[in-house]
Amino acid sequence: MSRRLDLRLSGSGGQGVILATIILAEAALLAGKKAVQSQAYGPEARGGMCKAETIVSDDPIWFTKIQTPNFLLALTQQALDNFAGNVSDDAVIMIDSSLTLPKCLEGKKVYSLPILDTAAEKVGRAMTANIVAVGAINKALNIVSHEDILKAVHMHVPKGTEELNTKALLAGEALLD
Amino acid sequence: MGKTVLMQGNEACVEGALAAGMRFYAGYPITPSTEIAETASVRLPMVGGRFIQMEDELSSMAAVIGASVAGVKAMTATSGPGFSLKQENIGYASLAEVPCVIVDVQRSGPSTGLPTSPSQADVMQARWGTHGDHPVIAISPSSVRETYDLAIRCFNLAEKYRTPVIFLMDEMVGHLREGIELPDESEIEIISRKMPESMDGDRPYKVKEGEYVPAIPPFGSGMRYNITGLIHDDTGFPTNSNEEADKLCRRLLEKIEKNVDDIITYEEKYLDDADTAVICYGGTTRSVMEAIEKLRSEGVRVGMFRPITIWPFPEKQIKELSKKVKRILVVEHNYGQLVREVERCADEACKIDFLGRINGTVIPPTEVYDAVKEEA
Repeated sequence: MSRRLDLRLSGSGGQGVILATIILAEAALLAGKKAVQSQAYGPEARGGMCKAETIVSDDPIWFTKIQTPNFLLALTQQALDNFAGNVSDDAVIMIDSSLTLPKCLEGKKVYSLPILDTAAEKVGRAMTANIVAVGAINKALNIVSHEDILKAVHMHVPKGTEELNTKALLAGEALLD
Repeated sequence: MGKTVLMQGNEACVEGALAAGMRFYAGYPITPSTEIAETASVRLPMVGGRFIQMEDELSSMAAVIGASVAGVKAMTATSGPGFSLKQENIGYASLAEVPCVIVDVQRSGPSTGLPTSPSQADVMQARWGTHGDHPVIAISPSSVRETYDLAIRCFNLAEKYRTPVIFLMDEMVGHLREGIELPDESEIEIISRKMPESMDGDRPYKVKEGEYVPAIPPFGSGMRYNITGLIHDDTGFPTNSNEEADKLCRRLLEKIEKNVDDIITYEEKYLDDADTAVICYGGTTRSVMEAIEKLRSEGVRVGMFRPITIWPFPEKQIKELSKKVKRILVVEHNYGQLVREVERCADEACKIDFLGRINGTVIPPTEVYDAVKEEA
């Protein structure tokens, strides 16, 4: 399938959205696709608004920054309000269900999912929200196989947390069922 | 070729440096270069090397010089504000002929500026940051794989010419992750500094007639000699002789000047039938190439010239290019730095235009596209 995915993931620093984009890029490489990942965040290491991006394509990727994403994930209201204004007409939006959808996104394909609650309650660790999101994103956009995304997760999470993160990934995928 | 791995530009810089033989790193972390220090701190102990986080940038540069004087391939990394602080000791390494690599992952300035935002405004600092007439080599990568390859080249040139080499990266490439295949170790050329034929004598800075680079042995290897930032004679001890000063300064500058064909590398794309050439370097290339591919698909006769070696500047190549094309568009993330060099070297008949940006964001391909189209 020849399509280009311009994925923009946003939230606050510390939520792991950068790692989520790294895992998505790694998974795309494992599946034989081209991928680039980049990030931007404020000078404060935690709590600042954070944006990270992954481009997945079958063709070579020259320009590595996303101009108009065709997928946006927002885990905080501040990030959602900030990035909502710039998405493609056919963009898919994924937000945490605790957030309020801005008017400009009405009419778009929107997944409002309990990502943060799932991480905190079902998985048992709030900090796995990024992996829950990775599971949900991959399922929603059908980027790579479950095997590839699982392998990419295991390549990038701290040793000893594989089981916990597998649980988070499965919980994220289950949100789309 | 091995398998494809996802790697960040800053990580590739360290991996390339290690492949080249780097065994010492001293630095003071600063965004957007911090991952270089982080990666070096993890990787160096694995290969028997040393990592030191120093108290500031001045001491980091001094430590790198000390390690290199002891014969170890050494590197430091920083960004604009720290690059300013390293300049005094870069000049020392230049005059004392101490091989070393200084990475500057450029960010928006002046001063502490926009710490996480891209820029290419240290081009002139790389050339003239330290005072006095001094030789300089600066190299700029445009992809993660090239960062790996050119980190090796920086060390090779530093060792071959016994001079500090500036690895002029930018945030766009430093913070970029992409899939790359690393070369097999057997494919990598590694150059190490020349050793003297004998440890006898006391003239480490002496060069043979027609040669430019002295074979200075590492401290502790047998020869007793002096190292100083003062003008010195072949023994390394200071001298006030104007004749010696002229001889030393000329040799320092000529060791680069006489070898530009060995030092200068560049990339050309679609220039054969081009009316317009876009000149760019580093991360900006990604924007330019996306625009050029689109323009070419529409039949616009545009090509790209990319200096990989920024300093010494490819004067001869720019002169030739300016005779071939009607218009040159220089695209860089600053207020206009390398464009002045292009203007200096280009033929008068060639029109030189400039596209720059200083707000901390990246020049999008659409802007390059429009700037080319304006007159195409």
